[in-house]
Amino acid sequence: MYGQLIVEGLSIGACYAVFGIAVVIIYKTSEVINFAQGEMAMISTFVAYHILNVYGWPFWYAFIGALFFAVLLGVFIEVCFLRPAKDPTVLGLIVITLGAEMLLMGLASWKWGAEQKDFALPFSFHKTHELFKGVVINDWSIAVFVMAAVLMIFLYIFFRYTKLGVAMRATQQNEHAARIMGIKVERVFSFAWGFSSLIGALAGMFFAARSTLDPAYMMEPFLRAFAAAVLGGLMSIPGVVIGGGILGILENFVGFHWPAWKPIVAFLVIVAVLCIRPSGLFARHYEKKV
Amino acid sequence: MLKVNNIETWYDLIRALHGISFEVKEGTIVALLGSNGAGKTTTLKTIMRLLYDLREEQPEKGTIEFMGVRIDRKDTEEIVRMGISYVPEGREVFPELTVAENILMGAYTRKDRKGVKEDMERLMARFPILAERRNQEAGYLSGGEQQMLAIARALMSRPKLLMLDEPSLGLSPLLTKQIFDIIKELNEKDGVTILLVEQNVNMALKYAHFAYLMENGRIVRADRPEVLREDEDVKEFYLGIATEQSVKGFKRYRRKVRFR
Repeated sequence: MYGQLIVEGLSIGACYAVFGIAVVIIYKTSEVINFAQGEMAMISTFVAYHILNVYGWPFWYAFIGALFFAVLLGVFIEVCFLRPAKDPTVLGLIVITLGAEMLLMGLASWKWGAEQKDFALPFSFHKTHELFKGVVINDWSIAVFVMAAVLMIFLYIFFRYTKLGVAMRATQQNEHAARIMGIKVERVFSFAWGFSSLIGALAGMFFAARSTLDPAYMMEPFLRAFAAAVLGGLMSIPGVVIGGGILGILENFVGFHWPAWKPIVAFLVIVAVLCIRPSGLFARHYEKKV
Repeated sequence: MLKVNNIETWYDLIRALHGISFEVKEGTIVALLGSNGAGKTTTLKTIMRLLYDLREEQPEKGTIEFMGVRIDRKDTEEIVRMGISYVPEGREVFPELTVAENILMGAYTRKDRKGVKEDMERLMARFPILAERRNQEAGYLSGGEQQMLAIARALMSRPKLLMLDEPSLGLSPLLTKQIFDIIKELNEKDGVTILLVEQNVNMALKYAHFAYLMENGRIVRADRPEVLREDEDVKEFYLGIATEQSVKGFKRYRRKVRFR
């Protein structure tokens, strides 16, 4: 039984982790926590839904279309909402993302309505494979694991070996010096937002397949993913993946033994981490102003 | 090579540079000297156009020409590409990037991968300490090593003009001398023109070919170092050689300066 709980926990944890990575990428480049992350993913998923059900195109078209839309949306929000801020403080920018969140949620309710909809991925929950004796894994989980693994490897290579990836890290560490090197800092920020929005949309579609699709469905996954990111230190991508795994398993165990307490696990984790080790489990960076 | 003509820079309502002009001739080391708040760093930042955030039109007045082209309205990126590199005050290396990554960031504006690799190996050979610490994070280097890293990083864009902002800041006299020797070597061997900002007037006058003295956002003296060394005011206020011991002398702490 516990084996099954762990497998389930890890799979939902991997999904939190992927979404947490989206949060971490923006935090890494600009120290802004993007509260609109969930709603950006929600709108992108709605776009996929729209392409599927209104235009009736095949799933993969909708999938690619939604990811493309997500990138544009991320860049749009950075350019139109965050960049015009005059003398921005980090707190001010965070409040702007909160505003963007409400705006997007209203927009989705207006366009697609607030009722719950079905959104299915080609990876079903019912097709299961037996891993060990008594432990099964379904297609959805396998897809999540594969996605998380591919993403991790890709990001590792990107941040370590590509010029743009290193420039993103450089910008986060010292924006002034990055400017002196001739790095176009604004462009780096736009890129980070587009990229993070894309990853968020990926995770968003998986969450939608797991629950239902409505304008508020990303609220909870966002909080969970945020908890995973805080647990991992908000700065490191391996950290958020491990944080996601721990949170997923923890949640599943609590849900199994005391079902009523399951929803608050994420909050307890955030509070506990902030009390005991505010920099997270894997933080290893230089203390900056803040 | 670099011609600064009567530029004015404002920080909100405060005028930091009151119309300064100077020239850097190709192949020379030019020093910009002065005490705190004289406007030396502001001058360099204005040239690099890093004050763009404050107001669109920086510098407010005047022109900056580099190799005959006006650069006072160009983007920093373009200025770097044209061949000006800036080593900022206090090093400002990227603390969590490795030494090698830091150096590569200096070549951000360059497209030729092979040339970048060659240049990097050349620099590593020139700064053996950096080669030794190649894969270490730059934040763990000592001050002198960080200064060398900052210079190496700035050289990666193959600059024609290298601007150094207080390379001696926080370094021991021995290390300062070492850094200055590197600067001299760069100038003589590689033919890089150098614009040097310093508070350490004594040291800078030893190495520079020409020097400008700044005070309160104006240039008050411009001459060859040999001449400046003999200047009464410079001797007394910058080199710390007291000439007059009389009571009258103490009272004359403010002397008339001719602004140019």
